[in-house]
Amino acid sequence: MMETLPNFLAMGGYASFVWPAYAVAAIVLAGVSLHSLAAYRRCQRELARLQQVRSRRGSAA
Amino acid sequence: MHRFANPSRFMRMSAAALPWLGTITAALLAAGLILALVVAPPDYQQGDSARIMFIHVPAAWTALFVYVLIVLASASSLIWRHPLADIAGREAAPIGAGFTFICLVTGSLWGKPMWGAWWVWDARLTSVLILFFLYLGYLALANAFDEPTRGARAAAVLALVGAINLPVIKFSVDWWNTLHQPASVFRLGGPSIHLSLLAPLGVMAAAFTSFFLAVWFVRIRGAILARKIAVIVEGAQMDEMIDRRGVAAAPTQ
Repeated sequence: MMETLPNFLAMGGYASFVWPAYAVAAIVLAGVSLHSLAAYRRCQRELARLQQVRSRRGSAA
Repeated sequence: MHRFANPSRFMRMSAAALPWLGTITAALLAAGLILALVVAPPDYQQGDSARIMFIHVPAAWTALFVYVLIVLASASSLIWRHPLADIAGREAAPIGAGFTFICLVTGSLWGKPMWGAWWVWDARLTSVLILFFLYLGYLALANAFDEPTRGARAAAVLALVGAINLPVIKFSVDWWNTLHQPASVFRLGGPSIHLSLLAPLGVMAAAFTSFFLAVWFVRIRGAILARKIAVIVEGAQMDEMIDRRGVAAAPTQ
């Protein structure tokens, strides 16, 4: 259990291995999820735009 | 499986499920981190370096689980020619590759202080590295063709052939001499580790699994929208061609 913050951060002398391990996991998971969300939103916007164009053309014809 | 195989039904059900999955993932990740970093005691031999296990092992489990899903999706794509199966496999692969990468890097960061080496070419490490390359190869093939179904079929065959690697990973620690420790959770006779270590492992594994499901659903939704976009664009190009031909064929006076 942690008693003090510096003690906790020191990870019993293994700080330079434990924290990079957790950081790599955090970066990869954040990267995958944000990239996936951004791609989804991009498709959503593009589809909305195309449907608008099509309905405008449809009403013009 | 087939209940979800209808794109519009998938869009509806995943839209309802995603807020829940997101919340559950966040809660499990928070609980898992507290258990792993604060509650679990340091290992009596490895000290606090053993906390790397709570990322390393669940990431390995998730990487294997995702590959099994891709094998199932590939089989149903080849047998039943389900277009959603192609999408499901292709959209799972980047997430699985991510977990495999996490497993390899955290294993390396754990190996250095405990084994004295960042990497050794033993059977367990090598077979997981092959899993990573299978993911990359699968993705490269799936996206290599202009005609998406051709790429999907080639990638599905690679995924099925690569399935031979799964039992090799699982049993590599029994079949060959290795520095890697043998299974201590999924083994005959039940887990051999204490609850204080089993709990963070289980919660982190649940967190990674629900993270995977959430991101997978978002990616499948995106791919379904992308296919709709492609259909509209193709239709517009077709209309344009017909228009032009109609003008050319019109009698000139």
